[in-house]
Amino acid sequence: MAKAKLHFSSGVSSFLIANTGTLLILLVWWVVTALQLINPVLLPSPVATFVALWEGMAGGGLLLDFWLTLYRSLYAFVIAAVLGIPIGILLGANENLYRSFEFLIDFFRSTPATAMFPLFLVVFGIGDFSKVAVAAFAGGLVIFFNVAYGVMNTRKTRIMAARIMGTPRWRVFFDVIFFETLPQTFIGLRTAISLTLVVIIVAEMFIGSTNGMGQRIIDAQQVFDMPDMYASIIATGIMGYGLNQLFLLTENKFIHWKGR
Amino acid sequence: MKVNYLEHQTKVNPHQTGLDISVLGLTKYLDGKPLYEDFDLHISSQKITCIFGPNGCGKSTLLNMISGLVPIDSGQLSFGGKPRSEVSLGYVFQNYRDALFPWLRAIQNIEYPLLSAGFSRLKRRARVEELIHQFNVGFDLSRYPYELSGGQQQLVSIMRALATRPHVLFLDEPFSALDYEATLAIRDKLQDVFVETGVTIVMISHDLEEAVYLADHILLLTKRPTRIAERVVFNASRPRTLETLSDPEFVRIKAHSLEVFRREAS
Repeated sequence: MAKAKLHFSSGVSSFLIANTGTLLILLVWWVVTALQLINPVLLPSPVATFVALWEGMAGGGLLLDFWLTLYRSLYAFVIAAVLGIPIGILLGANENLYRSFEFLIDFFRSTPATAMFPLFLVVFGIGDFSKVAVAAFAGGLVIFFNVAYGVMNTRKTRIMAARIMGTPRWRVFFDVIFFETLPQTFIGLRTAISLTLVVIIVAEMFIGSTNGMGQRIIDAQQVFDMPDMYASIIATGIMGYGLNQLFLLTENKFIHWKGR
Repeated sequence: MKVNYLEHQTKVNPHQTGLDISVLGLTKYLDGKPLYEDFDLHISSQKITCIFGPNGCGKSTLLNMISGLVPIDSGQLSFGGKPRSEVSLGYVFQNYRDALFPWLRAIQNIEYPLLSAGFSRLKRRARVEELIHQFNVGFDLSRYPYELSGGQQQLVSIMRALATRPHVLFLDEPFSALDYEATLAIRDKLQDVFVETGVTIVMISHDLEEAVYLADHILLLTKRPTRIAERVVFNASRPRTLETLSDPEFVRIKAHSLEVFRREAS
């Protein structure tokens, strides 16, 4: 009995430790709105916000916009990965080739992808695909240079160990270098999925979009539908957090040796 | 015991024994300075040769050159008349953590060279079973390397290096990252396997006592440009035990080697 109680209380306390910050923010938010310290038009109560979130997700337009943004982000991410991984491996394995592209790589890495919107609009036209293309470009770069660095920084001992066993070069590549690169590749993939989401949201806000979470947030703000705006922001946050967690889980499962 | 093994080996693979390693006129420059200049070396097959020398004299580079990992500037390398490409080598690195494949289980690590050499699943299993028996492995090989202790990981490295029954086993300071207890245990297992199989062993050591304890031949190297200061022979019978350490001949050889090392390293 005492043991069960102890378990129960330690369960509660670990829940509290993990969520104190969240609960505190919700409490402050609730107190501020209850005391009307901020104009309720600008800051709706947490209850109103979560009701808007629930209703939007249960049957309102929020769910559709949510799927559209998720679809575009994943679309961009897949293009980014399909292009970024092979190019990263190619350039990472040929240091001279990498050196000759180094300036370009560093230049575009330092250029905000959003600054390239007009260029992509000219190339791909005003449509869904130009948004996806910009996001894929930004995500592809991140994946590309993470993979390239991963390939360049493989530990030489394992490659030497495989070579000395008489393993042919192509096989060393698949059996050793590929696995050596995986942890860094996953860092690239995880950064890229967050980045494609950011770029898609911004693109939806500013490049003539009629749907998607970015458009929804801007629209809600324009008509002062604050509960819907906050609900949309939270929904977008959930999407980003969910994607990140999904990648982290996959990473921890497949790259079990990471950091050991 | 040894004779039995040789017969068995001859049946399995006629090329496994009797490959002396000879190095003739080896020259290697590192950063424009001579590391080896016209260097000759002979390593006898079916013996344990330990290489001992001052820091930076290029012991690891020597092993890496013989094994083909590092190119030589000039000179000749031969394995009983054969070129490197016809000889199979096992190599155990100092840092087992960087040498084992952490994405494979311990047993898959041991099987890897067999897999890469195209052995069937059945043959791989049989060979691993044999190694497990030979090394008297008492821990779970289905775990990943990072789940094992340092000593266990290095044991897995040695088993992996021996999996294909190589002509020669190279070990580059295999015990220097291990604690004393693990060192003693693995050192004796290595000796047992040597007694049982007669595989040629070349080991770099940073511990003179360990070198003399294991070796038939101790190669004492000078500082750069590196020469062989002396090739010391220690003929004590095997298996050598803790009692060997207080044997007068052991003490004499060790003292002599230390004297040569002091003279040449300073």
